[in-house]
Amino acid sequence: MAIEDDVLVIGGGIAGLTSAIAAAETGARTRLVTYKQSTLGNASGLVDVLGYAPGDDAPRADPYDALAELPAEHPYSKVGADAVREGLALFDDAVGDDYLGNHSEANALVATHAGSVKPTARYPRSAAPGLVSDDRDMLLVGIDSVTGFDAPMAADHLSAAGVPFDVRGETVRFPKSFPQDADVTRYARALDRDESVDDGTVREVLADRVEAVLEDERRVGFPAVLGDSRHEVVRTELQDRLGVDVFEVPTGPPSLPGLRLEDALYDAAEDAGVRITSGNPIVDYDADGGRVEQVLMDRMGSEVAYEAQQYVLATGGPVGGGIESDRGGVEESIFGLPVEHPDDRYEWFEDDVWGDHAYTEFGVSVDEDLRPVAGEDAQFENLRAAGNVIGGYDFATEKSGSGVSLATGYVAGSEAGELI
Amino acid sequence: MSKQAESETFDPVDLFPDATEMDLRPGVDKCDKNSNCETVCPVAEVNEDFPGPKFQGPEQWRLTRKGDIEFDESVDKCLNCMRCDTACTNDVPLGQMHNVARANYVDNQMSHASREFLRNKMLANYGTLGKLGSMMPRISNAVFGLGATRWLNEKLLGFPSERSFPDFATQTFRGWWSDRGGDATSAERAREAREARGETGEDKKVAFFHGCYANYHQTEVAKSMVRLYESLGYEIAVPEQSCCGTPMFANGMLEDARGVAEGNVDTFGALVEDGYDLIATCTSCSMALRKEYPELFDIDGVDEVAAHMFDAVEYLRVNEDLEAELAGADVDFPAMTYHAPCHGEVMGVEGIVTELLADVDGVELDDTGDVCCGLAGTYGWKDEKYDDSMEIGAEMFEAFEEAPGEVALTECPMCSAQIEHGTGYEVKHPMQLLETALVES
Repeated sequence: MAIEDDVLVIGGGIAGLTSAIAAAETGARTRLVTYKQSTLGNASGLVDVLGYAPGDDAPRADPYDALAELPAEHPYSKVGADAVREGLALFDDAVGDDYLGNHSEANALVATHAGSVKPTARYPRSAAPGLVSDDRDMLLVGIDSVTGFDAPMAADHLSAAGVPFDVRGETVRFPKSFPQDADVTRYARALDRDESVDDGTVREVLADRVEAVLEDERRVGFPAVLGDSRHEVVRTELQDRLGVDVFEVPTGPPSLPGLRLEDALYDAAEDAGVRITSGNPIVDYDADGGRVEQVLMDRMGSEVAYEAQQYVLATGGPVGGGIESDRGGVEESIFGLPVEHPDDRYEWFEDDVWGDHAYTEFGVSVDEDLRPVAGEDAQFENLRAAGNVIGGYDFATEKSGSGVSLATGYVAGSEAGELI
Repeated sequence: MSKQAESETFDPVDLFPDATEMDLRPGVDKCDKNSNCETVCPVAEVNEDFPGPKFQGPEQWRLTRKGDIEFDESVDKCLNCMRCDTACTNDVPLGQMHNVARANYVDNQMSHASREFLRNKMLANYGTLGKLGSMMPRISNAVFGLGATRWLNEKLLGFPSERSFPDFATQTFRGWWSDRGGDATSAERAREAREARGETGEDKKVAFFHGCYANYHQTEVAKSMVRLYESLGYEIAVPEQSCCGTPMFANGMLEDARGVAEGNVDTFGALVEDGYDLIATCTSCSMALRKEYPELFDIDGVDEVAAHMFDAVEYLRVNEDLEAELAGADVDFPAMTYHAPCHGEVMGVEGIVTELLADVDGVELDDTGDVCCGLAGTYGWKDEKYDDSMEIGAEMFEAFEEAPGEVALTECPMCSAQIEHGTGYEVKHPMQLLETALVES
């Protein structure tokens, strides 16, 4: 017999978590099913709404301004600006004090590990002293054995981008040596535990080494390895020892800010009463007369049915696994929903790496209630889509990934929950 | 020829034609080195010399392809929890790669005359050891409990003297089962229960993979399972069987494991053909039959066995309306703290117990959260790994200390040994709890 709930959300990324929290908050009994750990470990931990509108060269100061100019098929156009605000409000509640940026509707500008400037709506507290709109001089500190962050290069790039302050990069040796190619989690753990080393503890010695290269800058940025479970303690101690503000620059995968965000959102989902099932993929479904009756989980060769009245599909795009392609074409992975794409495979991408690839916008089309459609017709009355499984936008170019997930997740989850 | 025409006439090349030996290339190619696996590895967390799952798996596989580089001896430090499998966002079969790498290392590089090899061989073949011990349970318990035995075990064989061997039950589960009248009695009791429940139930048949621990040590768990399943109308078959092979996989003794796998697949495959589903009360046993066998061995019927193998709690969750059954239960349990075993997590059965019991009157249940116990089958039974094992477990021990519960709850017998060792808690299996709630109340 099937395992029954009111609302079933498929997918464990930001869109799935937002949908599940929104549905649970309506009082619906909600389950979130996720296959593997989410791709949040690959994410910066920054929450963008819209950094660049189509055709923009310069970052947008106010993302809401640009929403009205977006094409009709863009997910933001389907749900409207209020949904973006509601999605962000849900996010702010979920993460509490860990994130800043909600005092303003304007984008904040955050320095990335490559030295570019990223317009974003919410940023971790640990990144706050590094905002580019702040005009205090900045020292970036790289750690010689952490390969993801070249501080002198990032500083040069920031200068070239015309930031309103002086920025310098220095590289120091970490107080403790690890075997080659150690992960960021090892550095974070050594700092969390403040392990003893030759001349003191890891935090003390690191602060000493930075102090030796610090001139009159009033803020210092490190790659995002400053602790995991105790990261606020680590950052505060470094700040006290150096007498200047200390911040983290988000780095590539595995990204501690992304993993911390994942933990915070899962905690919030559990607090909201969401039941979470992980480890096996949903692979198929049964439908009757335009309604999804149940979805089927593949459990190493046999299938287990999960049944609900309303479903939210939040399985991600081509990277997350929600959209799949083969030589024959492109479609949505579980329900086989149509995905608009050029017939000729050679038109799915451009030869220029940074070109205008078609595949970045691959995803299902939806109506105003986020129900996936074929042509004009909703495919199932009780199935909604959220996040990157929806097509018609290019989150990497627009810097809109988290915002679309939050806005569509909020709408899909709360509408599904209210129908119960 | 235009690109369009070319794509229409393109005949895809079979990159991996029918391999005669295991080819891990397709899995390796999926690794994009995002290192998410390394953030969840419990050994990497405590042991800085351990290079982590990404190296043990895809990187080492690439490095050793041409045969001029040997397997790194650190592969021996992997405890086979398979958390990396769960963490991988790209579906790379890390657990499978680690099992293969360990076997290659043990076969070709490890000295078969070393104390470690001998000790590992004993641990790997625990099924045989358990059989001998359980023939004279009282004497075995007395001998293993002696300080002198422990000292000898440590000095000669490399077992940590800090640990005490698990007590042998005075009667094995199989002994109890046969005294009770075996499969025929079970069929009769199940039929009576079905009549009382107003069910027909031709398909209510399960075959029990008890494994070593439920047979020799935690026999109460198996007995609870029997009484619970029968009360819900299930006929149980308990065929002759071998160890599941988990201790063999974890010690790189794949040929030993193949031997037991062939026997088990043969036995349980025949039962599947007769309409039985398969259950185990130990999550490492169920994982071996449903994940490791098909990943590692090409045996006739292995996929059918895997598809029908369930964890005992999971099986009831899928096939019975347990929530309705439990709605009427009113039990008086002491407060409990649940620990999810890693192998349960890998199979996706984590959360079932806490979810099921959350709303039962009289049950107060906490959760230690997402932590590894550190014993990991045979890993914590090795002298040289004892400290790492306890350091990995530290987070779980702490969670138990902080939780209000007085009794621990877990599906895995090795987690339960570690919980007892590290916290002194009494440990129960969810089957025992469900039996109390549904059969006794």
